[in-house]
Amino acid sequence: MRLLNDLRRSCKRLLAVWHARNLEFLRDRTSLIFTLGMPVAIVVAMALIFGGPPRPLIKVGVLGPLPTPLSAYPFLIERYIQFVPEAQQATGIHHVSRNDLALLLDLRQRPVRYWAIEDSPTGYMAEKLLLQADATAQRQPMSGSVSRYIDWLFPGVLGMNMMFTCLMGAGYVVVRYRKNGFLKRLSATPVSAFEFLSAQVLSRLVLALLVTTILYTGIGAVIHFHNAGSTVLLLLIALLGSLSLIAFGLIVAARFASEEVVGGLLNLLTWPMMLLSGIWFSLEGSPRWLQWLAQLFPLTHILQATRAVTLDGAGIAGIGVDLGYLAGTTLVFLGIGAFSFQWRAE
Amino acid sequence: MIIDSLLRVDNLVKRYADNTAVDGISFEVREGTCFGLLGPNGAGKTTTIEIMEGILAPTSGAVRYRGAPLGERFRAEAGILFQKTALQDFLTVRQTLQLFRGLYDHGLSVEEVIRLCALEKLLGRDNKKLSGGQLQRLLLGVALVNDPAILFLDEPTTGLDPQARRRFWELVQSIKAQRKTIILTTHYMEEAQLLCDEILIVDHGRIIAQGAPQALLRQHFKAVLLELPGEDWTAAARELDVSYFEAAGRVELTTNDLEGTLRLLMQAGVSLAHLSIRPPNLEDLFLELTGKDLRS
Repeated sequence: MRLLNDLRRSCKRLLAVWHARNLEFLRDRTSLIFTLGMPVAIVVAMALIFGGPPRPLIKVGVLGPLPTPLSAYPFLIERYIQFVPEAQQATGIHHVSRNDLALLLDLRQRPVRYWAIEDSPTGYMAEKLLLQADATAQRQPMSGSVSRYIDWLFPGVLGMNMMFTCLMGAGYVVVRYRKNGFLKRLSATPVSAFEFLSAQVLSRLVLALLVTTILYTGIGAVIHFHNAGSTVLLLLIALLGSLSLIAFGLIVAARFASEEVVGGLLNLLTWPMMLLSGIWFSLEGSPRWLQWLAQLFPLTHILQATRAVTLDGAGIAGIGVDLGYLAGTTLVFLGIGAFSFQWRAE
Repeated sequence: MIIDSLLRVDNLVKRYADNTAVDGISFEVREGTCFGLLGPNGAGKTTTIEIMEGILAPTSGAVRYRGAPLGERFRAEAGILFQKTALQDFLTVRQTLQLFRGLYDHGLSVEEVIRLCALEKLLGRDNKKLSGGQLQRLLLGVALVNDPAILFLDEPTTGLDPQARRRFWELVQSIKAQRKTIILTTHYMEEAQLLCDEILIVDHGRIIAQGAPQALLRQHFKAVLLELPGEDWTAAARELDVSYFEAAGRVELTTNDLEGTLRLLMQAGVSLAHLSIRPPNLEDLFLELTGKDLRS
């Protein structure tokens, strides 16, 4: 009986705290809107990106015109394979060598020719399906350097980690400072918003670079990662990329005093980058507007530049546009952050 | 000695959507004085002081420091102790002072601040491990790192125990002795009476009294105050034609005719064994001007 009473009292206390927390949450309108708005935004984004028929698992480049009907060449009606037109043979082979395409098919002559990487999982699958449909297809040797899928994926994993370290770290600290009044105290000193934000960026930058270096060295050694380009360039990309991402996060943290709102907004930024910046898969063959949208995100440029260096051995001229975009967005983001910055919670 | 106006507040107004916190306040703060801003809860004193500190923008009106709008010079020469301030949890006392000292071009050395605020024994302690009194001393130190010409103290002793409060008053008096200008808001009338050369009492966003504490007391009270235990206050006494206030088991009377009032009390059977007679103080003045009703 006593146990039952203890349990009843415990439940009563639990309910009181639960009710108060719910009331607090419901009355914090901004948090409420973002918390409930976030899933809606994700649903809309997923519908836009992945809506329609099931997405193909394998991308195959095709040289030459597709036959009419497609069933004239049975491989072309295999399900879950996306056939992407390729105008140039060299470009198509380059995409295969970078794992952007699983296989390149040349329909301009009979027997058809194809290019694929032996140790690529999607290349292996595509080749199996092709030979099942057309046993006469002839494999062609890959010219130039051929990268493994892991070599393509590794920069994406590093970039994803960098994104979380940069966006989440600096943003939450500023919100906490604002909420507890530390920013208000700083506002009474000669320090400016730009100086304060720049200090936060630099502090986080050191951490982001350190973590990325440890991951690059450690994982790189384990997977025998091959960098075809300059390590100094990779460091420059990491530096500018981190700066841009941290400054991006600080825009979000510039005004709010609620961790829930900032958490929601940061999710809103990280989700599209996770899906569209090329961490896990290439956007080769995706709608043009999606590829343009992806170009807005700093992470896309970080990964483009990194893969250009590590896979193609690109020099500074080859990644100049990406570096310029990262440097420019850093300044723009810092400027917007400083302009919209609020020292105190309203 | 010539004393100039250091800070001038002109027709300050601060309106929010649902109320007017400050409603046309004007006054001057003279250099080298301790200026007290007093008022009940919600009277508008924190809003006023935050506008004076340059933290909050007024709806209309202006604050001028040394004749100019608040700007870089003011920020370099002002020291502020806010009513509520958090510091970085994992910095030590010394590191916190070094951080704030690094934000100013000129000021006291960290060692001087440590000595001035008696922080020697706390230097290696994390901010989050400081007691209320220790934290207020550190915050005062932070406010002093730039050797300010004007120091704002917004309810600096609220929540401190009596010993810590008195220790803080000693610190403020030592700063006062250096002829620095201090602007103080407080709920403790004893504190204001002890520290302030001039006070301003605000209520409902307006000034209701201004002047030196003693001059204000002389101006508002010609009378003396009598205090009696509540149990001595007889039913007959309640019918007397005297002004009295009863609270917390005490009865308080104000009178200009001490002998006549005592005679009336004796006739009403009131025991005078525990009677105390005292001159009015700042708290009496505050209650007289702002009323005795509970404020939100």
